[in-house]
Amino acid sequence: MKRLQQIFAAGKKALVIFDSCGAPDMTESEARLEEIITHGADILELGIPFSDPMADGPVIQQASQQALRNGATLGKILDMAGRIRRRHPETGMIVFGYYNIFLQYGIPALFRRLRELDIDGILIVDLPYEERGEVVPEAEKNGISLIPLIGPSTDITRAAMLTADADGFVYCINARGVTGARAQLPPELSDRLDALRRVSPAPVAAGFGIADAASAAAVSRHADAVVVGSAAVRLSRPALGQFIRSLKDALI
Amino acid sequence: MNTHFGPYGGQYIPETLMPVLHQLEAAYLAARNDPDFQAELRDLLVNYVGRESPLYPAKRLTAHCGGAQIFLKREDLNHTGAHKVNNTIGQALLAKRMGKTRLIAETGAGMHGVATATAAALLGMRCDVFMGALDVSRQAPNVERMRTLGANVIAVDAGSATLKDAMNEAIRDWAATSEDTFYCIGTVAGPHPYPTIVRDFQSVIGLEARRQCLERTGRLPDEVIACVGGGSNAMGIFAGFLDDAAVKLTGVEAGGDGLASGRHAASINGGRIGVLHGCKTYLLQDENGQITETHSVSAGLDYPGVGPEHCFLADSGRAQYVTIDDGEAVAAFELLSRLEGIIPALESSHAVAQALKAAPRYGKDRIIIVNLSGRGDKDMASVRQYKESHQ
Repeated sequence: MKRLQQIFAAGKKALVIFDSCGAPDMTESEARLEEIITHGADILELGIPFSDPMADGPVIQQASQQALRNGATLGKILDMAGRIRRRHPETGMIVFGYYNIFLQYGIPALFRRLRELDIDGILIVDLPYEERGEVVPEAEKNGISLIPLIGPSTDITRAAMLTADADGFVYCINARGVTGARAQLPPELSDRLDALRRVSPAPVAAGFGIADAASAAAVSRHADAVVVGSAAVRLSRPALGQFIRSLKDALI
Repeated sequence: MNTHFGPYGGQYIPETLMPVLHQLEAAYLAARNDPDFQAELRDLLVNYVGRESPLYPAKRLTAHCGGAQIFLKREDLNHTGAHKVNNTIGQALLAKRMGKTRLIAETGAGMHGVATATAAALLGMRCDVFMGALDVSRQAPNVERMRTLGANVIAVDAGSATLKDAMNEAIRDWAATSEDTFYCIGTVAGPHPYPTIVRDFQSVIGLEARRQCLERTGRLPDEVIACVGGGSNAMGIFAGFLDDAAVKLTGVEAGGDGLASGRHAASINGGRIGVLHGCKTYLLQDENGQITETHSVSAGLDYPGVGPEHCFLADSGRAQYVTIDDGEAVAAFELLSRLEGIIPALESSHAVAQALKAAPRYGKDRIIIVNLSGRGDKDMASVRQYKESHQ
């Protein structure tokens, strides 16, 4: 069984944490990821910084820019992921970023490297279903899960198409707009999540806008996992670890 | 509709916006085939924009070059002073038809922002224009024009605080507001169907120019020259001549301080294939795929990507793409002003400069059409600063 499937097979709600890799610098970034894992994250989303993050709000934009100023590259982040993998063989790890960075690295080379490093999956923010043709064969060949995004206005027919061959998990975007914590999540979210879980063959992780333990708990009632990004990115150690622990304890 | 131009174009956009793009494509196809929509657009282009624009024989410029006859397609005479309005009127009508009440736009030099604000005022829609904070300070007169027209100008501090960052911010806004908001993209880039929509609305330039040239001279031009930033004015005029294989099509990219300097905005001549703002295209980027800063004396050409159809035309050889550097563009700006009494936009001055190089290579019976995409009133400060720093 693949690692992601094992994580969800345990029957507990999973905690997925996104962090902007390379921020504030490569050394501290690795320490942050270590703290995130030891305080309860089941799956890490390794955010790859891009100069033009069009789907991200201010917190992740600023972290990405800081990472780039301090020399972060996809190559360095993958090396770091390899070290984390050796220390934490059970943690799920997903690479998360914008297509141009992966395209310039080289799609076949990237997927070979992900397999070498035993990374579980990849989520490409700006590569919708219609454009994924050049990555699907490489992902399949190397056993890397492509994590599909489901948007707030994706109807259920399209959601079924997008998730049909998902084997890791699917990422449900909770709210319109960009990444970032929100005071309130849309009231129709629980219905959307319930419907999506009925059509998706893979577990459903719900992300965007989750600000604290209370909202994580509320969302986790209707999802297999919750994803927290900006609310964690803006914290430093050791507050970061305490926050991760509070999220983990809140999942229902 | 085809979503790609060969390997270029496509819809590289988060899933949140995919259903929105599908709706836009369906609405555009319906509008394109609706005689009422086309009649309303035509009426505004004639009676509001002031079309058709003249195809003007630049006799003194021609005599100066001593070769092909140079004609100027006078898009600078349109309402708002540039070709941009052809597209914003079309998109605003489409937005209205889709029931949207708010327009958003990105702008660099401010010409597209002004043209969007104009269309919004005309049709009674709210309008927010995203503009890099650096450009807000560099292009103060256009900021005032947009505000006078009732638009809200939002300064974008993120990234390099220029056009690409304004476009990022517009996409972010749109992802949150698409239910009541229409994103009016100013060039032939962005995700499908925008490159096609913008080309179609701008194709009026090429269709007019072709007919005017035939009426006036009895023949087609030998070469058509236009500047290329994102490439909307070039795609608009090229569209009229794509099927005329004998007509040479030349796009002029911003060479900045020269291609070799690395300080330029010539995506086709100096970039590599990548993905930005929803399309696969030639991009100025570093070895890791981070988008790099561009440079041009002309703010309207200062964009790290280019429309995907231009990439396709470049690869296929149907169009050629050359560069003109800052100094050549400024010299052409002054020459056209003195010889013809026409102050061209610095963007269009790149095309004029290329015509100065090309014309002497032709006989006097040959014809070159230059797309004079905008007027240069906005560029006085840029030219003065350029000359002060290059004495």
